Amino acid sequence: MNPLQAATGLVFEEPLLWERGRNGRTGFSMPRRDVEETPLPQELSVEPPDLPELSEVDLVRHYVRLSQWNVAVDTAMYPLGSCTMKYNPKTNERQAALPGFALAHPLLPESLCQGALELIAALECLLAEITGLDAVTLQPGAGAQGELAGMLIFHAYHRRRGRVRSKILVPDTAHGTNPASAALCGYTAVPVASGGRGILEPQAVAALMDEQTAGIMLTNPNTLGLFEEHVAEIARIVHEKGGLVYGDGANMNAVLGRVDMGRIGVDVLHLNLHKTFSTPHGGGGPGAGPLCVKRELEPFLPVPRVVHREGRFAWSEDFPLSIGKLQAFWGNFGVLVRAYSYILSMGAANLEQASRLAVLNANYLRVGLREHYAPAHDRPCMHECVFSDARQRPLGVTTLDIAKRLMDYGFHPPTVYFPLVVPGALMIEPTETESKEMLDLFLAAMAAIAREAREDPERLRTAPTRCLRRRLDEVAAARKPTLTGRPPSAP
Amino acid sequence: MKPLQELSFPEELRYVESHEWVRVENGVARIGITDYAQDQLGDVVFVELPAAGKTLARGAAFGSVESVKAVSELYMPLSGRVVEANPALDSSPELVNRSPYGEGWMIRVEPSDPAELAGLLSAAEYRERLKG
Repeated sequence: MNPLQAATGLVFEEPLLWERGRNGRTGFSMPRRDVEETPLPQELSVEPPDLPELSEVDLVRHYVRLSQWNVAVDTAMYPLGSCTMKYNPKTNERQAALPGFALAHPLLPESLCQGALELIAALECLLAEITGLDAVTLQPGAGAQGELAGMLIFHAYHRRRGRVRSKILVPDTAHGTNPASAALCGYTAVPVASGGRGILEPQAVAALMDEQTAGIMLTNPNTLGLFEEHVAEIARIVHEKGGLVYGDGANMNAVLGRVDMGRIGVDVLHLNLHKTFSTPHGGGGPGAGPLCVKRELEPFLPVPRVVHREGRFAWSEDFPLSIGKLQAFWGNFGVLVRAYSYILSMGAANLEQASRLAVLNANYLRVGLREHYAPAHDRPCMHECVFSDARQRPLGVTTLDIAKRLMDYGFHPPTVYFPLVVPGALMIEPTETESKEMLDLFLAAMAAIAREAREDPERLRTAPTRCLRRRLDEVAAARKPTLTGRPPSAP
Repeated sequence: MKPLQELSFPEELRYVESHEWVRVENGVARIGITDYAQDQLGDVVFVELPAAGKTLARGAAFGSVESVKAVSELYMPLSGRVVEANPALDSSPELVNRSPYGEGWMIRVEPSDPAELAGLLSAAEYRERLKG
């Protein structure tokens, strides 16, 4: 089987819009003027902005060509660890495009958007059932905003009990955004080192947990793709000192229907609908990071909340302990429709099966790769597996070279250099939607790259060679970024 | 990344396990990151340093260094008041890679507890820890 999936086809170069444009060209017609012409007052008159002038076809070709330089889940396997780049079924798009949802104005009176409100209420119930927690807000616009909401709830909870706390424990295998969310809320993030088996040891938590600590932020499974086996014990230690347990549900795709987050001691958990529940992501948004909490914390959830009374759905702001509003309106509603569509079209049994297959696929890759690459922890993993360049480094080949070369084979590279606890990490998450044939192609490509590292390392160092753009100068891009479409010096 | 034997750790400097070095000149400590640290980080693209006058305890984060791979915190190897941050790193962060012990220095600090100096590692001790 030839693992080289990428072929060189007709891919077009594309200039900047200003280079394509010509003076006077236009892509639209102004509506006919229906008022008297009036000169613009002097004080409103400024130098016009430097906008490119283009016809409609110029503009369409520009963006379609740029999109063809891209790799997406719709074109290739995208094993970007920690991101759960599963295939997004098109039926979700169809439901989200229904005019009643897609054209609903956020200020519609409740009587005219009962369906949308019902969807919000129903999705909250489904997510509560899936996580084993009691109450849900769909407001956070992404995982990190869910984390921030969670930290605000931690703070509100402790303040309500009359004892404000200043620290949060964050394991070194937690998601990178966790300490940032804690810090944004004014907490000091206290790192907790994971043990030799790649998971958190209860003693390490017990040694740091005190009455100044508001709680712990756990990612489970963690960023090494390992299940935190001591989570119940750790939750007990944290609760004993009056703290709360935050669960980062970014890796929920491994444990749908398998783990009851409430029963293992998690008090607050965010989900990433754009990961686990199959709504599109990768373009920077929009996502959705619903937050699920135990009953005790429900009064602190953001407002407004959808309530059901006398057979009607309505918005309510009447939650005096609420942390307040997180969004101008109701969250990224289109994303919620897609997730709802996904959950209903899958059903409980298939969601559980999806997690089972995600774990199986990751372990299939883990076993297939360990012959060629050094595993970070050689033991069964959950939905993703982590390797390093330890065997390739002596040959002068690094993780970055391996990732770049993988593009030549037609795969999106895995996540690299994360988690930080593994030097030269390659973090691979195939998800459940890749077939065995595709996984075998990926293994063949990775085996071929390991062979090239031994026989022709220069080939890896100069990769990619089959992409339209070769190795980009990331250092120059970071040090001297050009952030405008046309540099000011250009004519 | 280079093998350990190719990295340099000048004898006259003192080190801490968090990969900063210290050189005391006329009672003022000059601080930067080691050759090992810059090599691990890869190309440095941004260095964030504290304002002069700030007093920081040993072990406290005094800034951060961003490479194409990651952002890492910088830790005070000893307690003291910041006298000066290297102004050159603002526009030329690459000096940290090119000359970690020279032009790539980061801050100058007036130590508040000179006894802390005795607790720092020698070049040989630091190299030994890296092997560990």
